[in-house]
Amino acid sequence: MEIHRFEKLWLVASLLLIAGFVATIVYGAVGAGVAMVDNSGGQVAASDPTASSDFRDPGVYQTGDGEYDVYVVARQFSFTPGSGTPIRVPEGSEVTFHIASRDVTHGFNVVGTNLNTMVIPGQVAQLTVEFDDARSYHVACNEYCGAAHHDMTGTIEVVPAEDFDESEVAEA
Amino acid sequence: MTYVDDYPGAAKLVRWHFGVAFIAFALGGVFGLLQGLYRTDYFREALPIDATQYYTVLTGHGVLLALVFTTFFICGMFVWATTRSLDRPLYSDRLAWVGFGSMFVGTALAATAILNGFAPGLPFDSADVLYTFYAPLKAHPAFYFGAALLVVGSWILGAVYFLTYREWRADNPDARIPLQTFMVLTTFIMWYVSSVGVAVEVVVFLIPWSLGWIGQVDPLLTRSLFWYFGHPVVYFWLLPGYLAWYTLLPKFAGGRLFSDPLARVVFVLFVLLSTPVGFHHQYIDPGIADGFKFIAMTNTMMLLLPSLLTAFTVVASVEHGARQRGGDGYLGWLRALPWDEPAFAGTALAGLMFAAGGFSGMINAGMNINYLIHNTIWVPGHFHLTVGTAFALTAMAVSYWLVPQLTGKPLRHRRLASIQPYVWFVGMTLMSNAMHRGGLAGLPRRTAEPVGDAGASAFDTVFSTIAEIRLQIALGATLLVVALLMFLVVMLGTWLSRPGVSALSVNGHIPEPLSGASNGPRVLDNLKLWTGIAVVLVLLAYGVPLGSMVADGILNPGASPFPV
Repeated sequence: MEIHRFEKLWLVASLLLIAGFVATIVYGAVGAGVAMVDNSGGQVAASDPTASSDFRDPGVYQTGDGEYDVYVVARQFSFTPGSGTPIRVPEGSEVTFHIASRDVTHGFNVVGTNLNTMVIPGQVAQLTVEFDDARSYHVACNEYCGAAHHDMTGTIEVVPAEDFDESEVAEA
Repeated sequence: MTYVDDYPGAAKLVRWHFGVAFIAFALGGVFGLLQGLYRTDYFREALPIDATQYYTVLTGHGVLLALVFTTFFICGMFVWATTRSLDRPLYSDRLAWVGFGSMFVGTALAATAILNGFAPGLPFDSADVLYTFYAPLKAHPAFYFGAALLVVGSWILGAVYFLTYREWRADNPDARIPLQTFMVLTTFIMWYVSSVGVAVEVVVFLIPWSLGWIGQVDPLLTRSLFWYFGHPVVYFWLLPGYLAWYTLLPKFAGGRLFSDPLARVVFVLFVLLSTPVGFHHQYIDPGIADGFKFIAMTNTMMLLLPSLLTAFTVVASVEHGARQRGGDGYLGWLRALPWDEPAFAGTALAGLMFAAGGFSGMINAGMNINYLIHNTIWVPGHFHLTVGTAFALTAMAVSYWLVPQLTGKPLRHRRLASIQPYVWFVGMTLMSNAMHRGGLAGLPRRTAEPVGDAGASAFDTVFSTIAEIRLQIALGATLLVVALLMFLVVMLGTWLSRPGVSALSVNGHIPEPLSGASNGPRVLDNLKLWTGIAVVLVLLAYGVPLGSMVADGILNPGASPFPV
């Protein structure tokens, strides 16, 4: 097959571009440590996640020095905790979120960050993130979940370590 | 002789397909404007919808444009492309009408169910489930039956193209497949391989579940089946655009296609790679091992190759055309192109905008950067450049050239038609750049109240403000609907004009490529081989993950229906 010289150059440049894209993603995963949401969160009963032994009552749990687990239940049209009571964690902590839905598919997007996951009935979304600065974050459900979907929002408050009251942590 | 005189039966089929497509386009487009104004809070008080009905409008916009307008236009355009390039009538007009009938009844059922969202209490209940219809959000069964009939109808049209090709092959045992027919057949191989996913989702799971025969479905499994179909469907929209860019745009530019064999290579790559990529829509889904996401990511990146090759070949062909018309210089030839011809301007601008859409698509495909923009308004910003312009503007431009040949009536309102592609282009530039930037700031898609109770201050824009982004979206949406109305005026005016008033000036002849099919290896035409490899790639990418979702109980971990 006859391929024009310029077209050959273009083909090689295209393949290099593609290889470059794949390389940046591999670097992001291996070098920068951006882990994907995967199946490590396990499965729960779709209608009642907290009944599962793999999921705890919604709340913040301390798991180590500066390490916390946060269990969140999403439902039409709120996050528990998050919507009524903000999720509060201390500055500089490493937080593992475990998020499950008890009705339909929701989203959990901490606006302006890459903390973003789907919340699918029956599956636990598990992500670990570090909160370096004390500030407040807006959480949006970013998957349509019904008539009042737009009201489904929440707040994460990252507070200075000295302001964080250990009594806010649920009993393990 | 024009097409309608040569093939009156096929021309009638194409006209009816286009007619339904344009009605869906009109309604879906007006819904888009309602949505754009509501969510940006311009004239919200004056709009006839409330926050809940916003989702009815959104469902209608997505289904009517992404599923109905596209499928009808494509099936009609392919009737033309097959008969024209094989130079023979369809295998059976009657069978094609059965396919059209199935799609039409399906559309009527689904549209009725969706529109019932405006008047709850009517027998079809409602279907505010958006065009992705993720379970366990549940629509009225009519919605799912409608979707199934739409797909089945397209399958019947596909069978007609293949049967017509088989008849031609019997008469021409050694000839290469004509390029347009090659493109039609490869597009439909991809469509058959991929639409199996949505067919299984709807027929095996959602219909029995919406009728109450089964109590629950697995949201992750049904969602994965949807995306098995949901990415190839974008190539089902795009490839007819490619057909126009490869076979018509060089002619509109005054030249000939650069290379026929490379066009075939591109379509073969799409057959192979379009389907085993669906998990890139589920990068941030729990329940799917990251290895499968990685496979989908590399396949997706490889899919850039056929589009990058297309960019080269199409631009080279257009440049050839411009030089034939007397253009010269490195870039000076651009001035020699017929920018006042609506068919050329529309197709060329659509291709240009697709380049921008391709770049934002590369960001979407980046597995880890996807976290930043997933389900933000960046994503509809992206696909309004692809399906919303690369497909839609090409479809309008092709119509300016093809509808006169289908009706035997010259194009009316020429001046309006020649301005129209530019109005669309400007409208989309405003709307889409603002949507991309809004997405980077974290504005969610699919919501009546993007900033929610937090207010605009919770969203950090890279530059400018949320208010400016909203203004551009509202302005862009308005211009797009103005352009849509201009297109409809031209089409209606042409269609309803009396025949024989003036002579038809359109030339339906398509010149041969500079490098013809005989310069490429015959294996390119081995459709069975490519189908076989495509199926193997699909099994490799999807066998294990779908297998494990089924193995843990086909309806578990299930969720009960939530009517909306």
